[in-house]
Amino acid sequence: MSAAEKLSPKREAAARLLAGAPIPAGQAGWADAARAEARARFEAMGAPAKRDEYWKYTDPTLLTAPKAVAAEAEPTAAPEAFPGADAAEFVFVNGRFRPDLSAETVEGVEIRTLAETLGADIAFARGLFGALEAAGHEKVARPLAALNTATAVEGLTLRVTGEATRPIHLRYVQVGEGAAMVRHLVRVEKGASVTVLESGAVTNGVTEVDVAEGGAFRHVRLQADPAQAGATHVFARVAPHGLFKTFTLTTDGRLTRNEVVFDLVGDHAVGHAAGGVLATGESLIDNTVFVTHTGVHGESRQVFKSVLDGRGRSVFQGKIFVRDGAQKTDGYQISQSVLLSDTAEFDAKPELEIYADDVKCSHGSTTGAMDEDALFYLRARGVPQREAEAMLVAAFVDEAIAEIDDDAFADAMRAHVAAWMARRA
Amino acid sequence: MLKIEDLHVKLEEEDKAILKGLSLTVPAGEVHAIMGPNGSGKSTLSYVLAGRDGYVVTGGSIEMFGHDVLGLEPEERAAEGLFLAFQYPVEIPGVGNMTFLRTALNAQRRHRGEPEMNAADFLKLVREEGRKLKIDAEMLKRPVNVGFSGGEKKRNEILQMAVLQPRMCILDETDSGLDVDAMKLVASGVNALRSPDRGFLVITHYQRLLDHIQPDVVHIMADGRIIESGGPDLALKVENEGYDQFVGAAA
Ligand SMILES: Nc1ncnc2c1ncn2[C@@H]1O[C@H](COP(=O)(O)OP(=O)(O)O)[C@@H](O)[C@H]1O
Ligand SMILES: [Mg+2]
Repeated sequence: MSAAEKLSPKREAAARLLAGAPIPAGQAGWADAARAEARARFEAMGAPAKRDEYWKYTDPTLLTAPKAVAAEAEPTAAPEAFPGADAAEFVFVNGRFRPDLSAETVEGVEIRTLAETLGADIAFARGLFGALEAAGHEKVARPLAALNTATAVEGLTLRVTGEATRPIHLRYVQVGEGAAMVRHLVRVEKGASVTVLESGAVTNGVTEVDVAEGGAFRHVRLQADPAQAGATHVFARVAPHGLFKTFTLTTDGRLTRNEVVFDLVGDHAVGHAAGGVLATGESLIDNTVFVTHTGVHGESRQVFKSVLDGRGRSVFQGKIFVRDGAQKTDGYQISQSVLLSDTAEFDAKPELEIYADDVKCSHGSTTGAMDEDALFYLRARGVPQREAEAMLVAAFVDEAIAEIDDDAFADAMRAHVAAWMARRA
Repeated sequence: MLKIEDLHVKLEEEDKAILKGLSLTVPAGEVHAIMGPNGSGKSTLSYVLAGRDGYVVTGGSIEMFGHDVLGLEPEERAAEGLFLAFQYPVEIPGVGNMTFLRTALNAQRRHRGEPEMNAADFLKLVREEGRKLKIDAEMLKRPVNVGFSGGEKKRNEILQMAVLQPRMCILDETDSGLDVDAMKLVASGVNALRSPDRGFLVITHYQRLLDHIQPDVVHIMADGRIIESGGPDLALKVENEGYDQFVGAAA
C-alpha cells in the first residue's frame, strides 16, 4: 500500500474492529446483503475518534479498542433489577443467548432468535434490520451501530401482534472480561403494545424498533455499574398515533454511551426519552438523543437527570430536528445535574434544528450544587445530613423516573437510586 | 432552657461581624420576644442557634438543655428538642409534606432511642394538628411548601412544631405576611404548646403578635446586641415610639 492510499486513523480503527469480528454469512440472501451494506457504511465512516464533534465530551477510545469475544460462562447471581415485575426473562450470558435460562413464549409476541430470523424470510425483519440504523446516519455518523449491523450474531426479534401480556425482560449477565454484542429487532404491529425491560450491560447493543400505527413500545432499562465500557443504540420509527417511550437508569461503571435515535414519521406520534445518571469515581455516562419530527402534530420529550459525585461525569447531547412540513410539532427537552463534589462534571449540548414554522420547541439545562437551603431546612427538622441529601437527590431524579408509565418499574428505579445514595455514605 | 452569653458571630465568607456580644437567657416555661429593626441580626441569631453553616462564632457561648450545643449538627440540636420556625420556609419540590414530616419525626425519635411512630398513628396526629391550623389533606399531600401562600407556609411551620413537640421553640417573624385570622391560628398553635418545660423565643417586628402570644420578657435588639429588656409593656413602647429611643440611648 502506497503512502497515498494509507487509511485514515479512523478507517484503520474500523478495519481493526472488523478483523476482530468477522462478518457472519450463510444466512438468507437479504440478511447477507444487509450485513455487507453495513460493513461498507462502517468502513466508509471509520470508527469514532476523539476529535469527532459528536464525541467532543466522551473519548471513544475505550469503545474502539478491539476486544476478544467474552468466553462462555455460567451466570452469577445478581440483585434483581425489577423486583416484583412479572416479566418473561430472556437471559444473555457474556452476550450469548441462553434459551435454557429463558422463557419460551409471551402471549401477543412472536419471539425468535436473531439467527433464526436472519436465516428465514420474515417480512418485518427484511424491512427493519439495518434500515433504521442506516437512516440514523442522516445527520451524524453512528459508526458503532453500523458495526453492530455488520457483525452482531446474538439477539432476539420480537413481533408484537397484540397487547403483550407480560413485559419482556432482556437480562445481560457478564462474567469476566470480553466483548458482548447484541442486536434486537422489535416490530409493534398496528394497535399492539409491549414493554421491554433490560438490565445489565453489553459492550455494543443495538435495538431497532418499528412502531406501526397506534402501537406502543415502552422501554425501561437499568445499567447498574457496568464493568466494561459499552455503547448502545436504540433506533425507532413511529407511525401515526404511535408511542415510543424509553427510560434508562445508569449507575457508575467505566464508560457508557447510550444513543437514542427516533423519528416520529407519522402524524400525531409521540416519542419520549428519559434517563437518570448516577456517577461517582471515574465513571463517565453519556446520553445522546436525536429526535426527528417528520409527521405533523408530533410530541417529543427528553428528560435527563444526573447526580454526580467524586470525579463522575455525565454528558448529555440532545437534538430536536424538525423537518420542513412537520407543523404543530411539540418538542421539549430538559437536562439537569446536581454536583455533589467539586470534581464532578456535567456537559450538556442541547440543539434545535427547525425547518417548519408552526412549532413549539423548548430546551433547558441546569447544573449546580445541592440546594443548601433545602438541605438545612431538612436538617433543622432533624433529618440527618446523609438522609436529607438522599431525599433531595431522590426528588431530583424523580422528574425523570416519573416519565415511566408503570409505577412498579418506576418504584424499582427509585429503589436503585436510594441504594446508590446509601452506598455513597 | 437557653442561655446565650456574650455571643459574637461573623460571616464565614467575609469579615463582617453580625452578632456583637449578645446575651440572653430563656428559662423553661417562659416566652421571650425579640424585637428589633431590620438588619439587626435576629435571623442570624436564629440560624446560629439552629446550627447553620456559613457563620463563625468568634466568642461567647450557647447553652441549650443544660449543655453547650455549639459543636452539634443541626439535626442533633433538633433531635434534642430545638425547633426553628423559619422566616422564609423553604420550598422542596418532589418531597411530599407528609413524607418529610414523618421522616423528620422518626429521625428524631431514632436519635433519642425512642421507637418510630407507625404510619397510622402519624397520619392521625398530623390530621388532628392540621385541622386545628386549617391545613387540609390536600395541602399535606403537596410537596413541602411548594405553591403554598405566605400564610400557608407559616401555618405549615406551626404544624411541624406541633407534631415534633420541641422543648425550645424559636419563631422567626412567623407573623409577617399573615392576616389577622391566620395570626390567631398561629398564636393559638403556639399557646397550645406553652408549658412549664418549654421555652419560646419569638422574633417579631410588630407588637401585634404579642397581643395574642403574651410574652414574659421582651428584648430589644439592635446592631447585634440586646440593648434593652423588660416586661410586655416594652413592646407597646416600641409600637408607639419606634426603636430610635433605645438605639439612641445605647449609642
Ligand atoms: N449570609 C449573609 N451574607 C451577607 N450578609 C448577611 C448574611 N446573613 C446576614 N447578613 C447581614 O447581616 C445583617 C443581619 O441580618 P439578619 O440576621 O437577617 O437581620 P434581621 O433578621 O434582624 O433583619 C444584615 O445586614 C444582613 O445583610
Ligand atoms: Mg430576619
